Amino acid sequence: MHESLYMYPLVESVHVLTLCLFVGMAVLLDLRLLGLTLRRVSVQELTDRLLPFMIAGFVIMFVTGVLLFYAIPVRSYLNIFFRLKVIALVLAGANALYFHEGIHKRVHEWGADARTPARARLAGAASLFLWAFIIVCGRMIAYNWFDCDMHLGPVMQTLTGCPSTERR
Amino acid sequence: MVANFFLWVESTRAHTIISESTWMFAVIESIHLLALATIGGAILIVDLRLLGFGLKRQRVADVARDAQPWLVYSWIVMIVTGIALFTSEPTKCYYSVPFWWKMTFLALATIFTFTVRRKITQADESLIRPLYCRLVAVASLVLWFGVGAGGRWIGFSG
Repeated sequence: MHESLYMYPLVESVHVLTLCLFVGMAVLLDLRLLGLTLRRVSVQELTDRLLPFMIAGFVIMFVTGVLLFYAIPVRSYLNIFFRLKVIALVLAGANALYFHEGIHKRVHEWGADARTPARARLAGAASLFLWAFIIVCGRMIAYNWFDCDMHLGPVMQTLTGCPSTERR
Repeated sequence: MVANFFLWVESTRAHTIISESTWMFAVIESIHLLALATIGGAILIVDLRLLGFGLKRQRVADVARDAQPWLVYSWIVMIVTGIALFTSEPTKCYYSVPFWWKMTFLALATIFTFTVRRKITQADESLIRPLYCRLVAVASLVLWFGVGAGGRWIGFSG
């Protein structure tokens, strides 16, 4: 993967274009929770009908993401944006789980309302923010501003887990 | 004449500012990607519906009408950030084959979306053959995929 000329760009292209499928559908669902689109479609119908596409998108995202990490593991692990992205991914997962196991269990009561309950709106807003943050971090991984050879300050050195220059 | 335009872009102040800044290109590109996710969702939800997937119980016209503002907003953000990215490296774009592919697909996809596809999604479904709906959806997906794939490949070429 690391040595191939076309493999990395291909996998990365799939990873980026799957944004449309996975995050695109998530954005629509979040916007619906916030009452900003598809107000006459019940939330239940959206989650029922869109979930298969979101799961398919997420699987592609995850597999290509792991492959991209596998190609450049050490630099990624020591990259501040990679670390932030993983943290945000865990938070986004927790938010989705909390929504799904919580307020969404009673979706048949409120799903048809154009104005959803506060907790559903909060989950939608949190999801939008987290996925935007994840996309930005993902893009920033490509830049070397805080790579270990960039003479980092002590704070950044701790955050990135870079070996200190004296020890090397 | 085209080359002169690219040279002129390179002589502008905006070019100097974006290309000499460490973080500006990265930030603009991130916004470009956020709009990509949004425009992708707004296009897919309607094309999937035309193909008979997704929100099957809703009328095509309803889904399309709700998706339309998000399609337009994200298209505008895409174009504005895209112009800024182009301003940063016009010479690279001029010699980039994927750039010209992307521009061709972008022109075709935009025209198609706001003419043929818009007409179909607004029409009374009972009067349109399902096959025609599917063809329009497939054409839309192929054209927009061309834009996305071309765009990603600009970064890998040269």
